[in-house]
This record gives sequence, structure tokens and C-alpha cells, in this order.
Amino acid sequence: MSIRKSGLALLGLLNSMPVFAEGGVDSKINDAIEPFADAVSGFIFSSFPIAGVPFPFVLVWLIVGATFFTFYFRFINFRAFRHGFQLIRGDYSDPTAAGEVTHFQALATAVSGTVGLGNIAGVAVAVSLGGPGATFWMILAGLLGMSSKFVECTLGVKYRNEYTDGTVSGGPMYYLSKGLAERSDKLKSLGKVLAVLFAIFCVGGSFGGGNMFQANQSFKQVVAVTGGDVSWLADKGWLFGLVIATLVGLVIIGGIRGIARVTSKIVPFMAAVYVTAGLVIIFSNFSALPAAFAAIVNGAFTPEGISGGIIGVLFQGFKRAAFSNEAGIGSAAIAHSAVRTNRPVTEGFVALYEPFIDTVVVCTITALVIIVTGTWNPSVDPSQGVALTSAAFESSISWFPWILTLAVVLFAFSTMISWSYYGLKAWTYLFGESMITDVVYKVMFLTFVVIGSSMELGSVIDFSDAMIFAMAFPNMLGIYFLVPVVKKELNEYWADYKAGRLQKFGDAANRA
Amino acid sequence: MTQVLLVGTDCSECSHRAVDYAAKWARLANLRLYIVHVIQWSPFTFSTLQENEERHMRREAELERAHSQIIDPVVADLQSKGVDAEGVVRHGDPAETLSELANELDATNIIIGRKGQSLIKTKLFGSVASTLVQISDQPVTVIP
Repeated sequence: MSIRKSGLALLGLLNSMPVFAEGGVDSKINDAIEPFADAVSGFIFSSFPIAGVPFPFVLVWLIVGATFFTFYFRFINFRAFRHGFQLIRGDYSDPTAAGEVTHFQALATAVSGTVGLGNIAGVAVAVSLGGPGATFWMILAGLLGMSSKFVECTLGVKYRNEYTDGTVSGGPMYYLSKGLAERSDKLKSLGKVLAVLFAIFCVGGSFGGGNMFQANQSFKQVVAVTGGDVSWLADKGWLFGLVIATLVGLVIIGGIRGIARVTSKIVPFMAAVYVTAGLVIIFSNFSALPAAFAAIVNGAFTPEGISGGIIGVLFQGFKRAAFSNEAGIGSAAIAHSAVRTNRPVTEGFVALYEPFIDTVVVCTITALVIIVTGTWNPSVDPSQGVALTSAAFESSISWFPWILTLAVVLFAFSTMISWSYYGLKAWTYLFGESMITDVVYKVMFLTFVVIGSSMELGSVIDFSDAMIFAMAFPNMLGIYFLVPVVKKELNEYWADYKAGRLQKFGDAANRA
Repeated sequence: MTQVLLVGTDCSECSHRAVDYAAKWARLANLRLYIVHVIQWSPFTFSTLQENEERHMRREAELERAHSQIIDPVVADLQSKGVDAEGVVRHGDPAETLSELANELDATNIIIGRKGQSLIKTKLFGSVASTLVQISDQPVTVIP
């Protein structure tokens, strides 16, 4: 079957659904998927009690890992911050290598994949369930997550595959299998198992958080600005899903790269608009700022009226930070591995900026807007993630929900394109590269877009979290065996850097 | 030490006057010519994952095409006329890259052709010639 035919067949199938669905397509799809989604998330988020609060093991796993990397690499997240900026600026880029993927481009591409609904909807959920104090833990998790990204992305570049045609492919699949095999024969089979597990979860994550969650939340926002419950679109999630699926399909199946290219240029612009609007609101509520900071710090340690007390707040902050910046999840390693460098550790330094921009800057702005406008309200329904942020912006800039809707849909779209890429990389790692495996994955991906926009948020959000967080188990476990490799690379490079043995190019060199 | 001239080229046909001019001087004063083509590129653009993955492959293809279609025929022609000529292809901003290359290769002069673009376009986007005149450390000769 040709690509076009299979795509049309899918659309035909989905189009025919309303004919046999009497009780509303949306609720049918929801009823069918919900028990499965709940079972999966229940398993991944199996928790044990800390101070009486059920704390999911996967979060402990991520935070312990990030903290360990921070200490093991002696605060690399702060130490290499300045040098990372010099690399992004191109101070060390050889002009004869111009035309290759630069550090800036690798970072920008990775950031557009992570800056998205987690920064808008996720933060709103964290602040409404955990109070302003969740912001504090979110920022801390972002800072620690920088160290996780450093390790992942260094390994992603070091163990990537470079093919004879000049294309590159990297990510946890490759460093887990190749890296562990290099350590010892005993670890070889473990590496293989972890790589396969990672790939399976990555495919799942690409259907969940990288897809259904995005479709679901952007649909919710579109409904909200077009009139809420009375909106013509209110019960037509499947229709919205079809439209988005068609657009995504044009890019990933139809190969219409123009759409992806335009998106990659609009997304940074929309992010800038979002951040600017956020800053304007924060500074126009300047008088509320000291109280907001006090609420963040006090709420972090002595929360009032939050279920679970301090642990409950910490849980919300850590969870949303991890979901938003994906540190330790492994996805970023796929995005960063395309950079052209012969020192893998340089991409690790650059990758420090990803959780920093995503969580420490953008998520904090969202949180501050919600707090200073007083839109934060513990009794607000947490399933209204985007709606809460939208209301916060609306209270200061009445027309902003329209801009926010555009931003939400665009972020969702670009995140979906990114995750379809991650998922496909994992999928082809499992099933090999061929026309058929390719199309099978892409058709499944598009189907989940429609399912995602039709489901209720509760199960979508849990399932999305579950599949994305599952990736952290094989990824981080493998990384523990590989940290000595990164340490060696880092020490060699850092010695060269400190001794001035690295060649500097660009304006600074010319002036000298 | 041989004196060096840098010649910026857009395409074989439209830059032939600049090349001819440079060749005349090269023969007269026994100079070495670098025939340079710059492929428009910036390190700070936004790209997709797919584009990044294929970037190295495309860069090779771009270099290959620039050599075979623009630079190599010109260089071969000059060499057959007894001029000491060499081709260089780089990615980057045309004016900045020409200026940097001139420094790198110790060129005494940069010679470029002028595109007959409209005044409005030049006002809006500038032109390689006018930018180069502003930033170059070497004398710039613009051939109309």
C-alpha cells in the first residue's frame, strides 16, 4: 500500500466513525481507552509513602539521579554555565566547518521540542495543587535537571551512529547498547535490554505526552476561547483531532517539510511573545512581587492547606518540572546528537541551557503570572491546566487568551512533530528501517492525535506522564554505568579549556 | 611572497567581469587569485530535527555543487590561461566571510562584481558590495 493510500484509508476510517457512534464519538473513545490508560499509569507511578504522602518511585529516581550527577560532576550545572554560553555564541566554532549543525541550532531545536504545554498547563496544575511553594521545588528540580541533561547529551553525541551517506542518528538506544558493551562483556546484554526497553517506552511516550497530552490540551484551549461549553466545537474533539492529525500527517507522511520549517521558525517567536507578555504582567503587578516571592518560599517549606504538606508541594513541583524539561528522560539526547563537534562534552555544556530556559525561566514566569495576578486558587479544578494560565493572563491583558491559544496550538504542534521524530527513531531501532515500519508507526501516531483530543484530561494526563516517565528507568540506570566515560571526557576537555589549549575563533580572535 | 587577490563570485556568468579584471592584474603583476564563493548560511537560524540530521550530507552536496557549477569552471579557465588560481567555497554571510577570508589568506585586495539589484531591495536588505566596503580591512574593488 502506498503512503498516500494508507493515509487516506486512515482518514476514511476516522471519518466514518460518527456514523456508527450514537452516544458521541468522544465518550466512546474515552470509555474504550480509559481503563487501559489508568492501568498503565498506575503501574508506572507505583508509589511508596514518604511522611504519609504516596510518592511515586519514578520521581525519586529522577531527583536522586539528578542530584548524584550534580555532585559527581562537581556542580557542572553552574561551573560550565559561562563556557556553555561561549559555545552557543560560536566563540569556538571553526569557520572552515561553517554550514554544519551548530551548538546554537542543536539547542534551539531541542528547546522547541520541550518548551510547550508543560510550561503552560503543567505549571498551572502544579501551582493549583501544590500552592505557590511548588514553584520553589520546580526551580530546584530544573537546576538539578541541568546536570542530567549534561550527561545524557554528552553520551548522545559520543555514541551516535554516523552513516556513510552523512546523516547521523543518536540517543539513549545507542549509548545504552554501544556504551555498556564498551564497558565490559557482562554489561553488553544489559545494555541491549535497556536500549530495547528505552525504545519501547519512547514509542509509548511519543504517543502519550508527546502527542495525546498536546492534542488534548490544545483542544481544551480552543474550546475555551470559542465559547466554552456552548462552543460549537465543545463535543467535537475528534474533529479537532482530525484537523491536527491531517496537518501532522502532511509533515510526517506527506513529507511537506515547508510546514515543519515554518513551525520551527514561528515557535521561538511565539515563545518570545509569551515570555514578554509574562514579564509585562509580572512587572505591572510589581507591588505584588515581594508577597509572591514570600509565598513561594514560605509555601515551599511550610505550606498551608496543601494535601501532603511539604512533601505534597515538593511532589507537585518536581513532577511538573520533570515533565516539562524532560531531564533524565532521554529524549533530549536524540535531539542534541546531530551537532557537529569532535568533543562530545561541548554539547553537554550547551544542553545545560535547556532545563534552564525551559524550567528556571519559562516555567517560573508562568508560575509568577499565576501568583501575582491572584488567579491561583486551590479550589480550581486541576484538570483545567491551560485554562488557569489563560485566565491569569486574561486578568491583565484581556485579549491575550487568543494569542495564548495560538501559542498553545503551535507549541503542541511542534512538540508533536518533535516527538514523532523521537518515537520513529526508537521504532526503527526496534523494527529496522523500511517503508512499511515507517508508515505503520506514523499512522499509529496520527491515530493517537485523534484519540488524545477526544479523551478527558484525567486519564490522558496520567497516561502521558506514565509513558514519558517510564523512559527514565532504563535511561538513568544505564547512565550510572557510563558516568566514568563522561567524567574522563570532561576532565580532558576542562584541562584543555583551563590551559587555553582550545582554539578560539570569531571576533574576539580577530581583535586580538 | 606572492601577492594575493580575492575574487568573490556569485555564479560563473554574472561574475565574469570581476574575474576578467582580476585575471588582467594577476597576469600583469604575477599575482595569485583565490576565486571565492560564499553559500548564504547563518549559525543562528532555527531548524527542524530532520534538517539537523541531514545537515552534514546537505553541506557536502552544497559544497560539491558550488565547486562543480560555479568555481571549478572559472578556475580551470584561468589556469589554462596561465593564471595562478585556486577555488574556495565557504558557508556564511557573504560580506563577512569574504572579509574574514581576505585576512586569513593575506589578500591585498578584494574584487567583487556588483549585482544589478533594484534600489529598493538594496535599501531594505543592503548589498554584499556595500556591506563589504564597510567592514573589510582590505581595499575593495567593485566591478560594475
